[in-house]
Amino acid sequence: MADNTKGGSGPKKMKLNTPLLDELEKGPWPSFVTDLKAWSETKPQVGQLLNQLEESYENRWNYWTGTVLNVTGYGGGIIARLSDKADKYPDLAEFHTLRILPPAGFVYSTEKLRNLAEICERHGAGILQLHGLTGDILALGFSNDGSKAAAEDLMTNGWDLGGSGAALRSLQCCVGQARCEMACFDTMKTTRFLTNHYISVLHRPEFMYKFKIKVSGCGNDCANAMIGSDMPIIGTWRGPMQIDQAKVAEFIDEKGVEHVIDNVITRCPTRCISLRGKELVIDHEDCVRCMHCINVMHKALKPGKEKGVTICLGAKRTLKIGDTMSSVIVPFMPLETDEDFQNLTDLIDRMWEFWNDNGMDHERIGEFIARVGLGTFLEGVGLEPDPRMVATTRTSPYIKFEELAPGRLGGEQKQEPPVWQREPESTESSP
Amino acid sequence: MSTKLAPRDQGVPDHTKLLHPGMARNYGKWAYHERIRPGVLLYVAESGDTLYTVRAGSPRTMSPETVRKICDIADRFCQGYLRFSMRTNVEFMVEKEEDVEPLIAAIKTELGFPIGGTGPSISNISHTQGWLHCNLPGTDAAGTVKALMDDLIDEFENERFPNRVKITTSCCQINCGRHADIGIIVQHHHAPRIDHKRMQICELPKVVAICPVAAIRPAVVDGNATVEVVDEKCMYCGACHGQCPSMEIRDADTDTLSIWVGGKGSNTRSGPSLMKLAVWGLPNNPPRWPEVSDAVRKILQAYKEGGKDWERVGEWIERIGWQRFFEKTGFPFTKYHIEDGPGAMWTYNRSTHVRI
Repeated sequence: MADNTKGGSGPKKMKLNTPLLDELEKGPWPSFVTDLKAWSETKPQVGQLLNQLEESYENRWNYWTGTVLNVTGYGGGIIARLSDKADKYPDLAEFHTLRILPPAGFVYSTEKLRNLAEICERHGAGILQLHGLTGDILALGFSNDGSKAAAEDLMTNGWDLGGSGAALRSLQCCVGQARCEMACFDTMKTTRFLTNHYISVLHRPEFMYKFKIKVSGCGNDCANAMIGSDMPIIGTWRGPMQIDQAKVAEFIDEKGVEHVIDNVITRCPTRCISLRGKELVIDHEDCVRCMHCINVMHKALKPGKEKGVTICLGAKRTLKIGDTMSSVIVPFMPLETDEDFQNLTDLIDRMWEFWNDNGMDHERIGEFIARVGLGTFLEGVGLEPDPRMVATTRTSPYIKFEELAPGRLGGEQKQEPPVWQREPESTESSP
Repeated sequence: MSTKLAPRDQGVPDHTKLLHPGMARNYGKWAYHERIRPGVLLYVAESGDTLYTVRAGSPRTMSPETVRKICDIADRFCQGYLRFSMRTNVEFMVEKEEDVEPLIAAIKTELGFPIGGTGPSISNISHTQGWLHCNLPGTDAAGTVKALMDDLIDEFENERFPNRVKITTSCCQINCGRHADIGIIVQHHHAPRIDHKRMQICELPKVVAICPVAAIRPAVVDGNATVEVVDEKCMYCGACHGQCPSMEIRDADTDTLSIWVGGKGSNTRSGPSLMKLAVWGLPNNPPRWPEVSDAVRKILQAYKEGGKDWERVGEWIERIGWQRFFEKTGFPFTKYHIEDGPGAMWTYNRSTHVRI
């Protein structure tokens, strides 16, 4: 393996000149500046990084240019950066980030984590970020050769690169059943299954634009899936939630009736809970699985026994059409057996196909749905419309009812091939 | 370098081999959990097993040496296993209560990480890459977070709010930091400055197509194919800058920071919500951005005083109304707070529900 950090032409040691960054060594919160300064003793290029960062602080300007670098066989996973100040900081000329797939739920053995640190240190600056907002482990500071050597070393040791570009991105999930009584399905298993099932699409960008899946065990959504992913998979249940009335009575004795009224009864979004003496009566028909009452009285209340997931679609931030939020696409499906997982991947395959066949460049699936309409999208992926997919029905009366339009018009619209693909008809005036 | 390639497409490491033994034993069989004090959670399994989790705030960006120090502690106290949270906290787990205190002492002395971030507190700030390593940022991220968390560490180490407060920072208008109870974003104030000599590195049709307001059109300058920007249409979002580095949107002298409030991803009670503008025009003032810290403090103070138990920032504002929000925080309400994007009219007060 290439080792680009040792030997005669190793990284150049420079005197640190960071008066502004030094300000960030003060204060009680752990300082990345202090840590990196100490690390620059071992890795001189980190000193150059700090000096360049100091210039950014001084001039309020950025000195990185993005570029593209890939390891053999992959179309993503390396976020390549070239310094604009390479003349001054030669070891920042190539200073790339590797995205590395973390274990589902961010659980580690120290053996695995030490192995990661050791490999990243061997091939470059080895600065680690646990974890990036993409859900990856980020390792910073590798040259072109160093990036490739680090990637090979990582993959030899059972690690793999994460996603970047117009691809499936690294999945992310909450701790789920590993440590939480509220999790309605196995979030870690789901994350690992989907990542590995779709690993080729994760490593080789072939979509219109990025696609993020995040997985949360219940409506509390600790994985920030609803606002942070194209496809949130959120745990839920069918049928009544579980109530332990003895524990309800205990809770009331401990906290008082007022506390229960103010913090449980009146906070229910559908007002489906009432109090009869020291008994909690829930109209399960109206419960929307928001998790609030369970959060407050988590010893007395639990999700129902028939568990599954709600799948939503479409969240992203403002660029370009304004914020989109995920909305319901599958109100409920179980996610436990192999057949359930097969149903999930079948659905994902259909959605990806329809989106990528009809989407525009740089158009996320939420933007695509906003453009073509949810009704069209459902038809395209073969899902039946369900009132649980909308907050309200429409307000605009201008509708093209296929069933009610005159046959001539309906027939015309449905003719194959579509108008724009037909041969132009010859006219009398043609030569 | 070896010519033989390592195996490809292996996917994620097998988490079942990386679980703390207490987690592995009780997987899917947990009964309930309690916060026994700020930063320490007790999980109780149906079997009666207990798992104490100590949550420590990390700076996210760490040297391998620091990561090894974390491992040393996990080896000594946690049977060699640990976990990271969504908001870059490190979670150390022990099965016996008597191990909690020595563990906390070790974390504090050997790592210098604070303990907290649980329940109705301020958790660690989710942030972006910034000047440290991004190609598009208008400001830093790790530094902003460090300065802000220095100021808010008391609120990390205590649980004194009506509900949890999630904060994010983003160093450009792409806003990778995402929605949160409080979000900090850079804003630009001019159309992109085009480096016509360097436009050949960009795919011009893509540059034209990416503009959300169709302000970019093809042009020829000095005989070279390039683009021009219609200033009246441009809303300074920077979409084109992400597509093409020769469309420079940033400006060291005029870029400012703004603070947004009331975002929420959780489905609890009112459901997920987007964050809305609270304050604009704060200076981009490294190394410690004191104006941002002040404004965040004001919002937090008003929320702490006025919020009812379990109300998140957005739910508190929803209840008291934006008029009271501006009164309580002292920020001015301006014409720029009024939405003018698509669907703007849905954000107006379409009733006579007015607090007079």
